[in-house]
Amino acid sequence: MSQPSKVYDRQNPAYYALLVALVLMAIGPIYLMLATSLKLNVDIMSDSGGLLFMPTLRNYETALCDFLWYKPEHLRRCDPTFGRALTNSLIIGLISTAITLIIGTMAAYALVRFRFFGRDVVSIWTLMMRMVPPAVLLVPVFGIWTFQFGLDGTRGGIILVYVALNLPFVIWILQSFIVQVPIQLEEAARMDGAGPFGVFFLVVLPLIKPGIAAASIFTFRVAWNEFLLANALSDRNSRTVPVTIVNSLTEFDIDWGVIMATGMLLAIPPIIFTFVASRQIITGMTAGAVKG
Amino acid sequence: MSIARANRMTPYLFLAPAGLVLLIALFYPICYMIYASFLDWNPSQRIGEADWVGIRNYVKLFSDDAFRESMWVTIKFAAVVVTLEMIIGVGLALLLDRNIRGMSVLRTLFILPMMIAPIVVGLMWRYMYHPTVGIFNQTLTSWGFEPIPWLSDGSWAFASIIIADVWQWTPFIFILSLAALQSLPSSAIEASKIDGATGWQQIIYIKLPLMLPVLIVTLLLRLIDSFKVLEVILVMTNGGPGLSTEILSIRINRTASEFRELGEAAAMSNLLLIVLLILTFAMFIYNKAQELRAQRLRAAAEDTE
Repeated sequence: MSQPSKVYDRQNPAYYALLVALVLMAIGPIYLMLATSLKLNVDIMSDSGGLLFMPTLRNYETALCDFLWYKPEHLRRCDPTFGRALTNSLIIGLISTAITLIIGTMAAYALVRFRFFGRDVVSIWTLMMRMVPPAVLLVPVFGIWTFQFGLDGTRGGIILVYVALNLPFVIWILQSFIVQVPIQLEEAARMDGAGPFGVFFLVVLPLIKPGIAAASIFTFRVAWNEFLLANALSDRNSRTVPVTIVNSLTEFDIDWGVIMATGMLLAIPPIIFTFVASRQIITGMTAGAVKG
Repeated sequence: MSIARANRMTPYLFLAPAGLVLLIALFYPICYMIYASFLDWNPSQRIGEADWVGIRNYVKLFSDDAFRESMWVTIKFAAVVVTLEMIIGVGLALLLDRNIRGMSVLRTLFILPMMIAPIVVGLMWRYMYHPTVGIFNQTLTSWGFEPIPWLSDGSWAFASIIIADVWQWTPFIFILSLAALQSLPSSAIEASKIDGATGWQQIIYIKLPLMLPVLIVTLLLRLIDSFKVLEVILVMTNGGPGLSTEILSIRINRTASEFRELGEAAAMSNLLLIVLLILTFAMFIYNKAQELRAQRLRAAAEDTE
């Protein structure tokens, strides 16, 4: 801060008050969830509610008991449901992101760089497919996966849907990054004897790293957060975290402390991404609407 | 010769994996759904065993009060939510478009609600709306007011899901319109300042018209997304009480899993898809028109030079 590069305007206090109020509104509910997840049920149910409570990790111990190296003393029996779901969510999220990115980048590159019959058609389809909501896919995916592919209840089945669901968006967003790669670079590489695959993997890929980062965050987030299709396609052993959360909500007596802890665990990866890569995320969000 | 052919094949090779996945896991299911919407089909049957019933599913839907109610709720929800979010989002962008320290931190905090799982958003709001331990009713009772039946009364429940959605998605519009504002040509604004335009006049005659293309695309994007909302409402109310918050996606889910009428659910999905396709198409055409206009303007500018 020794040499400010930019001169900032002074604003009146009301402006800052408004800013503070907005920030509180935006993160208030998230803070409340965090606070609840650190409370004992006695504290949650007490009327005084309030800000004074002893934070405890007990709810997290209950949720994650499967992974702990010690046995939490307040638990009589460890319920492995959530631990299993967390493993499933991680596997499904990571694998589907990896597959989507590899084949999505290749497709986006082909769409941008090669002029061939049907490019416009593919672009329009990509845009259209982007708008397909999971609810619309529910019935056919359930039917096909169960009766034709025999993929119901497996992680592979869920991964396949997520790859398909994410591909259009990934292709669409990566196109805007690939367009910016100077074609001269590729031509130079080709002169030096690189084949199309060599050009792609050695020249183009390293240059569009920011785009790939943004795309992978979006992809992972969809796979990590999605509920409806995972609910229809999973069985006891392949349930993801969102599915277990909704399942535990339907019970009459809700254990708010534990459920908020699981909710918080589900929210943490996206929150970390947001802080690490907010610039890329905003670029991704605005890519369609604002040019440049 | 074979190298030339290999080069000609390359784009197809690059496209093939993605195309294959899209074909079997997105395109095929959608065709399948269109076919299934003409069947009387329940989940325990293979599709081959289901009876062909023609357009009976559609006829049944349109004479079904519950479906019409759910359609109406969906449209009402989309209209209210998008209007509120556009007004608040654009308003805040105009208000906060200043050159201040920490704007990027602010934007980061604002996108948090969009990044976390819809399931979790629903969970947070369900907890806050809780009749006894929720923060809203606790605050109300401690100030001596009557507690409000947030999620247990029809019209309050509808208002509650709107509040939650506005909380989650207003930042989207805010960020897009702020980006649009900051990319406006400063010359136009400077010129209007020299001509003595007041702040309001600047907004109405200069900023809003210049932002309009972005605003329209934002509006369409948000409108499309508002038809896709599902999980937040599912967790908060599951469509209840009664049918007061049962938007179309929830109705599809219930028809398929609770009533076990896959044919009917497919017919509903079809209708939802048609609405979304129309909106997407509108956006596509609008974008193309804008591009053409920009090209014409550029060409005209070059001619005069």
